[in-house]
Amino acid sequence: MLVLIKGGRVIDPGNLDGIVDILIKNGKIAEIKEQGSGVEEQGSGVEVIDASGKIVTPGLIDMHVHLREPGHEYKETIKSGCLAAAHGGFTAICPMPNTNPVNDNGQITEYILKKAGVADTVRVYPVAAISKGLNGKSLCEYGELKEAGAIAFSDDGNPVSNSQLMRRAMEYAKGFNMPIISHCENLDLAANGVVNEGAVATSMGLAGIPNAAESIMVMRDIALCELTASRIHIAHVSTKESVLAIRNAKKRGVKVTAETAPHYFTLTEDAIKDYNTNAKMNPPLRSSQDRETILKGLADGTIDVIATDHAPHSYIEKEVEFDQAANGIIGLETSVSLSLKLVHDGVISLTGLVEKMSTNPAKILGLDTGITAGRPADISIIDPDLSYKIDSSKFQSLSRNTPFNGWDMKGKAVLTMVSGKILFDEI
Amino acid sequence: MRFTKKDILDIESLSVDEINLILDTAYKMKEISIRPIKKVPTLRGKTVVLFFYEPSTRTRISFDIAAKRLSADSLSIATSTSSIVKGETLADTAKTLEAMNPDIIVLRHSSAGTPHLLARLVKSSIINAGDGMHAHPTQALLDLMTVREKKGKISGLRIAIIGDISHSRVARSNITGFTKMGAEVVIAGPPTMIPKGIESLGASVSYNVDEAICDADVIMMLRIQKERQKSFLFPTEREYSKVYGLTKKRVENARSDVLIMHPGPVNRGVEIAYEVVDGPYSIILDQVTNGVAVRMALLYLVSGGARNAGAD
Repeated sequence: MLVLIKGGRVIDPGNLDGIVDILIKNGKIAEIKEQGSGVEEQGSGVEVIDASGKIVTPGLIDMHVHLREPGHEYKETIKSGCLAAAHGGFTAICPMPNTNPVNDNGQITEYILKKAGVADTVRVYPVAAISKGLNGKSLCEYGELKEAGAIAFSDDGNPVSNSQLMRRAMEYAKGFNMPIISHCENLDLAANGVVNEGAVATSMGLAGIPNAAESIMVMRDIALCELTASRIHIAHVSTKESVLAIRNAKKRGVKVTAETAPHYFTLTEDAIKDYNTNAKMNPPLRSSQDRETILKGLADGTIDVIATDHAPHSYIEKEVEFDQAANGIIGLETSVSLSLKLVHDGVISLTGLVEKMSTNPAKILGLDTGITAGRPADISIIDPDLSYKIDSSKFQSLSRNTPFNGWDMKGKAVLTMVSGKILFDEI
Repeated sequence: MRFTKKDILDIESLSVDEINLILDTAYKMKEISIRPIKKVPTLRGKTVVLFFYEPSTRTRISFDIAAKRLSADSLSIATSTSSIVKGETLADTAKTLEAMNPDIIVLRHSSAGTPHLLARLVKSSIINAGDGMHAHPTQALLDLMTVREKKGKISGLRIAIIGDISHSRVARSNITGFTKMGAEVVIAGPPTMIPKGIESLGASVSYNVDEAICDADVIMMLRIQKERQKSFLFPTEREYSKVYGLTKKRVENARSDVLIMHPGPVNRGVEIAYEVVDGPYSIILDQVTNGVAVRMALLYLVSGGARNAGAD
């Protein structure tokens, strides 16, 4: 079985950037050829994908998603989440461990991978818990979890409040060369807050979460990272102070990496007006000043990764009193379009986008990816100029909790391929 | 002017003209409450549901009396637990209520924005009787009415609101209401109780009560809640009353024609001294009286006013 991706601009940062053809044989990249070098003539069985005018990238990776299986399959299953990923242009996703039961032991990791295998769509790399039951009291068995297929550790959803446990987790994970992903939140400061602390919260009568609830923990984790000479990945950066702390730490050579989500660089706290629970998440949408600083952090590389924090919830959890509504929004099927807006706005280059959505997450997670001969054909194709309107009713995800429904976008993922198998094709 | 609002959700969404119309209507309604027969048939055949998710005595009774004086059928649903805890969502409860065709739902809820949610879900008129820390529009309207009645105007007055601004829906609605009607509002309290960005509502901020009440035409004291000590907002009631309470001495230093208000219930001896509550400047009970009038006016106006009302 031969597939030829023809005429697209292939961007594989650090490796190649140009209009070339990619020949795929038996699920692997066989050859990368200058345009029109006659591969088509090799045989009649060549399936040709015309990618002219489009961007061909190594498979996009969303290193921060929530699939709700096991436990809350009415919100999202592993399969529906994988399909949403494929339709959003991703070839790999990392589900966080806050399922029910929690992914804090080898059996759950194996269960998730088994389900992902049955779904047979995108690659699933489970993130296992830092602490048993996500309760911040004792370490999980990292050795067993690694063997079962876990790729990183995080108590995402809950912060690791105990600094000693966090120190030991970083040290212990170092022995397996696996990253710790930190959800930075000081629970005392966040208290009963539901939105960003500031004028919007005050006028709406909602309890606020100050920026310091996040940045104080970012600074702590940077300090622990230095202490342990390990590495740390900061999840869903939302504040100015966090960006400044991470930038500063990187300058000192601390091995800290960071991600932000499309909603933090697209929206501000104004989106919660009219008590829109589809704009409620944790950390909360912040001020325009925070958003500006995040854009700078994306531009200068302080923020390495764009990850969605895809958090499906049914309307049962969202059509309720604002302070009782569940946190989080879905993101897999809107991320590429929202990130392309950064390119159109001149914040990052297309290469920068591919770095943040593929190359950098792969590096952090230790995944061997890229468009070179011999590698599995995990490829995403993006049309950077396709205009369309976001229609959440057409999503693959089982949930609809997005503030972006009805938005006019320019640019979209149009084809997703894993090991040469086309999972999604809108070309 | 015709009143066209279906819901009364907050002061922000009311125009100056609408507020004036409500107050004018309330003055007319007030007269009904001093008649020997305190009842008019205006809202005969209308159903008013008093839906109270949070304990309340005065507001609920005030609405109940208002509805009855207008001959509406009123009924109370009181529940102290949230819909989620109860197992039925507010949306479900609202739709169930809606199926019984009430005309007006008066909602008190501990979560901000809940009346807005309800207004999106049902066709009945929603009157917000207090939502979390967000708004208490009927309280602000009765306060505006009381001040206008006593001073003959609102515009140009200086209003000092003292206490726990952070947790107070009364403060928020009054800051919006009084500034909208042309008054100057200064708020004061310990910095732990002054929320970030409150200036954006139009108030100036002071941490010094003496400074705030100096030259004030109206001093409005807010109830201080004991449990706030647990979140480190103030050390003790003793210290609070000394530094931020309205003592007799502070009143002596205020303007000679000052009005002292309190939305109740009062913590005598904490935010306000015993003698001050009962003193000559206090208009706390006038507020309660006007509360009924304002609520009658609102029930009447959201029902369509003269258009739909029965013969009087």
